[in-house]
Order: sequence, then C-alpha cells, then structure tokens
Amino acid sequence: MVAREETPILAMIGITKVYPNGLVANSKVDFQVQRGEIHALVGENGAGKTTLMKVLFGLEKADEGDIFIRGQKVKISSPHDAIRHGVGMVHQHFMLAPSLTVAENIVLGAEPRRGLWFDRKKAEEISRSLSEEYGLHVDVRAPIKDVPVGVKQKVEILKALLRGSDILVLDEPTAVLTPQETGELFLALKALKEKGHTIIFISHKLREVKELSDRVTVMRGGRVVGTRKTAEISSEEISRMMVGRDVELRISRPTAASGKAKKVVLLAKNLQKYSRDGKEVLKKVSLQVRSGEILGIAGVEGNGQVELVEVLCGLSPADGGQVFIAGKDATGKSPGDIRNMGVSHIPQDRMIYGVAAEASIEENLVSTRYRTSPVSRGISLDLKAIRQISRHLIERFTIKATSPSQSVSTLSGGNIQKVVVAREFSTNPQVIIADQPTRGIDVGATEAIHRYLVEATEKGAAVLLVSADLAEVMGLSNRLCVMYEGEIVAFFPEASEVTEEELGLYMLGLKRQDPREIEAAMMGEAESRPASEAETGEG
Amino acid sequence: MKRDSLFEVVRTGLAIGLALLIGFIVTVLVSKSPLEAFKYFLTGPFTSTRRLGAFIEAAVPLTFTGLAVSLVFSAGQFNIGAEGQFFIGAVAATFAGIRLDLPPFIHALVALIFGAVAGSVAGFVPGYLKSRWNASELVSSLMLNYVFLKLGMYVITYHLRDINVGALVSLPLKETSWLPQFLPPTRLHAGIVVLVLCVIFCHWFLFRTGWGYEIRMTGLNLNFARYSGIPVTSVILYSQVLSGAVAGLGGAVEMLGIYRRFQWLASPGYGFDGVIIAILARNNPLLVPVGAIFLAYLRVGADVMAMYSDVTSEMVSVIQAVIILLVTAQAFLSGYRHRLVLREVKRHESAS
Repeated sequence: MVAREETPILAMIGITKVYPNGLVANSKVDFQVQRGEIHALVGENGAGKTTLMKVLFGLEKADEGDIFIRGQKVKISSPHDAIRHGVGMVHQHFMLAPSLTVAENIVLGAEPRRGLWFDRKKAEEISRSLSEEYGLHVDVRAPIKDVPVGVKQKVEILKALLRGSDILVLDEPTAVLTPQETGELFLALKALKEKGHTIIFISHKLREVKELSDRVTVMRGGRVVGTRKTAEISSEEISRMMVGRDVELRISRPTAASGKAKKVVLLAKNLQKYSRDGKEVLKKVSLQVRSGEILGIAGVEGNGQVELVEVLCGLSPADGGQVFIAGKDATGKSPGDIRNMGVSHIPQDRMIYGVAAEASIEENLVSTRYRTSPVSRGISLDLKAIRQISRHLIERFTIKATSPSQSVSTLSGGNIQKVVVAREFSTNPQVIIADQPTRGIDVGATEAIHRYLVEATEKGAAVLLVSADLAEVMGLSNRLCVMYEGEIVAFFPEASEVTEEELGLYMLGLKRQDPREIEAAMMGEAESRPASEAETGEG
Repeated sequence: MKRDSLFEVVRTGLAIGLALLIGFIVTVLVSKSPLEAFKYFLTGPFTSTRRLGAFIEAAVPLTFTGLAVSLVFSAGQFNIGAEGQFFIGAVAATFAGIRLDLPPFIHALVALIFGAVAGSVAGFVPGYLKSRWNASELVSSLMLNYVFLKLGMYVITYHLRDINVGALVSLPLKETSWLPQFLPPTRLHAGIVVLVLCVIFCHWFLFRTGWGYEIRMTGLNLNFARYSGIPVTSVILYSQVLSGAVAGLGGAVEMLGIYRRFQWLASPGYGFDGVIIAILARNNPLLVPVGAIFLAYLRVGADVMAMYSDVTSEMVSVIQAVIILLVTAQAFLSGYRHRLVLREVKRHESAS
C-alpha cells in the first residue's frame, strides 16, 4: 500500500462546475489519487463522478479549482493537454472508428509513417507488442465493427497506453460487459497496476468496487462524502455514504392478491421487430398485464426493452404481432390514439422524449391534454385553467420550482422527471408503461415515483415496469419476466420468490426457461377470458 | 424566465450597437466625410414626412414576411420560401385586380384572398414533400423560390402584359381593387389595417390555440411532440401552408397598396429579409413589427445616406450581416451569461 506522505500523483482541489442551466454538478470537490493504486470513484447517477472526470480530461472546464499532477499545478483545457500530462480516458461510449482495424484505431492520431504514407505493418507491430506487453490480447487486423464490446474496450485501453497514459480513467467500464469479460478486464487492470499505472475506476456496483479497488471515494449530490481504504469499509457503509442514509431496499409492492379475477388491460402477442440493419430485436414477444398489478421486465440494457416499449406506445411500428389495450386492437395506432385509449408512458430518456426543455413547466404538463376540457375551450386554450392545473400538479408531485412559467431546463434531473411523472399519472391512465422511471435521479424523487406507481395500481392501473435496476424491478413487481436478446427467457408469477442471483443467470443468457412454459404460465391463466374477447374483436 | 429574456434584450441591443460601430468604421474607411454620412444614415429617415412614410411603408411587407417566417421557424421548419410565396401572392392579386369585375372593397378583399391562397399553395409544396417523404424543406423551398419567380413572370408576360407600354409591366389594376392611400404625400395605405390584424392573429394563433401549441412543441422538441401524441406530420404541413398564406397575403397587400401595375422584374427580396426579422424577433409575432421597422429604418437611412454622401447604400448589408451573426451566435456573451448563472447559484448556496 502507498505511503501516506507521498505526493499524490493526481490532486484535484476545490473543483466547482456549474452547467449553463444552473445545475451544480461539482461543488468544491477535493479528490486525490496515489501513484499505483486502483481508486474507485462511486456515487449514484448524477452524483457528479463523470463531470469530475470530464474536467480532468479537459472535456469540461471547471469554474473554480486547481488540478495538480505529480505535484505540479497544470492547466487542462482540452483532451490533448490531458494526454500530454499522462491522463488517458476510456469513455462509457467507445470512441472508435468502426470501419478501421484494431491496429489502425490504436495508432490513430499517432500513426507511424513511411515517407508520406501510413505504415500499416509498423502499426500492426506496435499494436501487437503493446497488447502482449500488457496482456490485453486482441486481433490487430480485425475491423472494429466486427469485434465484441470487450475487445473494443481493450482497444480503448491500449490506445490510451500507447499515448503514454499512466493515469487511466475508466468510466463505468463493466456496464456493457458480460461476467467473463468483466473478469478478464479486472485481471488486466490488476496487471497494469503491477506495472505502476494508476487507475481511476468509476462505478456504482459495490461488488466490483470491493473486489478491485484499493481506495474508494464516494460522491453525492456534486460533493465528495469521503475517501476510505476499501479493505476497511463494508458495502453497507459505502451505500450509506452514497445515499446519505440507510437504504430502504424493501419497496412495498402493490397487493395484487387475486390476480385471476382482474382484467387483462395490456396484451401483446408475438411482437416482432427488426432493426434497420436487419437484426431481429424483438423475437415474438408476448405478455399481458392485468389491472392493479405491476409486471416487471428485468434485463441488461439493449436486449430489446427499448424496442418493446416503442412498439407498445406506437412510437415505432411492429413488424409482426398485435397489441390490445383493454380488449381493443391497438396495433399500428399512432402515439396519440394509443394515449387516447388510456396509456401513459414514462420514457427512458426524459430529455429526448419526456419534455421540451425550452418550454415552460406548464406547457410540458399539458402536452397530452391540450385538446380536452378544461385546458381546451374549443379553438383557444384556457390559460387560466392551464395555470391552475399546473399549480395543482406542482404541489401534488412536490416539484421544486419558482413558477409554472419557469423553463424546464432550469430544473434538476429529479424535478424534470417529476414533471414527466406528474403529467403521465394525472390523466387517470389504465396502462402505465414506465421505462427506467428512476434513472439518474435522487433517492427522494425515486421513492416518490415508486409510491406513485403503487398508488396508480391501487386505483386499478396496469403497470409495465422496465428497469435495469434489479432492486427496483424486484421490489415493485408482482410478476416478473426477463428479457435477453429480444426474447422473454424467464417468467416468475411471484416476483417475491426470485433471488437476485437467479435473475442474473437469466439476464446473462446462461439459463432460460422453456418458451412454451413461459407462454403457458403468463398467458394461460387469462387466456380464458379477456384475451379471447380480444381475439373475437380482432377476427 | 425573466433572467433569460433580459439577457436576450441585452444581447440583441449589444449586437446592434456593435454592428453600428463596425458600420461606422467602414464608413470612416471609405468616406471623405464620415461623420456627415453617418448622420444622414441615422437621422435620414426622420427628416421629412415623405421619408418617415417611406420607412413605415417599407416595414409593411417586411412584417408580413417576418410573420410568415416566424410561423414556420416556430415549428422547427427551416422553410425559406417566403420569397417565392410573397412574389406569387403579388402575381395572384394582380391577376384578380385585372381580370375580375367586382365592386370596390369586395374586389380588394377578393384580390387579397387570391394572394393568400396562392401563397399557401406555394407553402404546401415543400410542406407536403417534407411530411410525406422527409425531403429537406430548406432545399425544396429555396429551389421553389425560383420556380415561383419564373412562373409569376410567365403569367405576367404572357397573360397580363400591357403591350402598349415599352417596359415589361402588367395591365393597370382596376381602381376597385386598390387599397386606398390615406396620408399623401406618403404612400401609407389601408393594408396597414390588414397588417395589424395579421400580427394579432398570428400571436393569438401561436400562443392561444391548440394548433399554435402543437406548432411550438413540435419546434422545440419533435420527439417530445410525437411522444405526447401531437400529430407532427400534419403540424409540419399546416405550419408551412399557413406561413405561405401570410407571405402571399403580404405580396397582395404590397401590390394593391403601393403599385398600380405589376412591374417587378426580379424577386424583391422581402422573403429573405423576413428570415432576418424572424431571428431578431425570436419568432415572436408581437416583436416582428419592431424588427421590421428597425430593418426598414436601416434601409431608408442607407438610401438617404447614398443620396447625400459618398457612401453607397450597400453599407447597410454590412451592418445587417454583423447583427445576424452576433444574434445567432450562441457563444456570443455566453461567458457573461454563465457568470450570471454562477453568481445566482452561489447566492443560493450561501443563503441556504
């Protein structure tokens, strides 16, 4: 372990970063890393980890504060400066040229030349020897577009190493990796540490932090809560530091006891969808959600959940299959028609779909009801009614705002999500499709949104909850299924009887249930009543 | 928010000030008596009733095209077809003014409707191409400007031309179709009433009706609008049709109010000026007349300056260009704005 007196290889002192919309992403952050350690930087989404690292890498300019590298005060105003000071970064989303080969990507920007021309042989040689030196094995001649994610990540790391980085920042590197790839990555990182490199590892997976890191710095709400030796702190303590109090892991799910008696409100049959490049992203997905219950969909992101939600909400047409809402055929209907059938939708990305950021809070709150009374008075809008509804919703959903005419872009992430939720929950929906409803927002807002979901089911709504957050999806759902590569690979009629480990096996595709059994378990019991009603309506 | 609108006012004012300063520097470089030339430029529009009238009457067509462009820009559609729509509107009004036989007032009204309908048809084409096949309205509307210019010239030359006159002009408009001028020696005409109604209508439409709400939400975030159930394809279409109608109406008003025969040989450029005005007015119909009056003031001032000094009126293009550049440049004064935000945040923090 590192001596206490030693000058840290990296010290960021008093960093403050305010975004143009007034969001304080970092507030007087002090962050120090010792030479040769693996330092985990943890915190919830929106805690300011990524912003801090962007400041370090010159992608964002801090409003206050200084950066010291090897004891020297440095000014980093671009990634170029950062690289010059030996800082390398592997981003959450890879920055590689897909049509070039692994070797070409590694040397990109520092290409070996022979005369005027690019020296391909030399580039391959450099890449090969580098990859052997660090034990990061890659096929240097393969085009990037053909290699798996894990390899792309190795290429990113090699790229940084070639540029002489001895401080390596990895932003949530395991989010996209399979368990095997994660294991390989950890071995490589430990080897790098042996060679004297310093590694900063951003994560919010505590298990990984405990396994890999020497020290851990916890951030919350743009501030540093503390830095500890990983060996001397428990996972529970870290999570308490992240959240600011004891974590309420038990969420009270709705009591949908007599499931059979309830009516099926959302029914999807054999939904198919192909991506633009011809990949089958939804493989005959069938599901049903009944009034008064929450059906959870667990799964690693990118396994067809986005496409499923888009099809159900009418945002993109299905290439096969049917959707019924309360027994009526909704296949191929427009988003407006589907909303009129009683469907609400909390979108995954609130800034893209959920709000018009430059519009006011009240304009965002009425976007689904501007054609109906009391907002609409025939041709013209009733501005007074809009103001009144907005005031009411701001109060009821505790949106922190100074006025309903305030632009949404000036709100914090949690409050923006509350604007979305307030709009979607206040139209008495029969079906609520909630796609990652609590991503990137603080605990208070998360708890509120969970409560609203449960309340809505008590009033008889059917909720489809898509979430990558296992605690959320397991705690809230009555029934639970797992999506993997565009298919439902597992279904659990009683979500409370599943363990996290078991779910994990299905999520990673290591295990799957028999499709016919899933079909029978999920659809069978209700096939007798409302589904047949739907079929006759269709036929 | 208040802070934001105040900031925009400061930004626009500063942009205008800087542009005038640069205009002055240019004047110093090219003129023997720059101070005098610039004095003509700044005070010229106010020196006689005729000039004052000239500057207000120049603002009329600019307001129409400014409104038209504001409507499509609000929907996030970069349709710059106001030029061709204005022109074809004027041609249609000319046609009605020559070929129809109607009592006074009714005749003018019908001719105005001809103009608006012709303009809306011209707006429909790029709107339909966009909503049906996702064809860039920027490209199609720009190209169509030439089509409508040539089409209009064809109608004038082959169907409405006065062969007894040496120049290429149309037959005279029937007196029943004229919009009466009421304040000689200026050419201020009854079209100003139409203009005021049009400004009020556009503001009401955009900010007080469901359609206007649809237009603005589609313009601010198309994905959000679609997700909310707003029928974005039809919004894209009708915003361009309506905008075309306003531009076409503007062409008709200009023709019936100022001219007695159709005598344009080239497109008069009001459509492109409308883009400048919409940008200055931030697409707000109530601010469009202000922007139009300002631009007309610059134009008339430049004409006066060209008449009485050795500086040509093209100088005004320099000033216009600088204003547009600074107003549209997001980064201009963003540092200042950021410091404002930072200060507010700090005050908040120390308060809590």
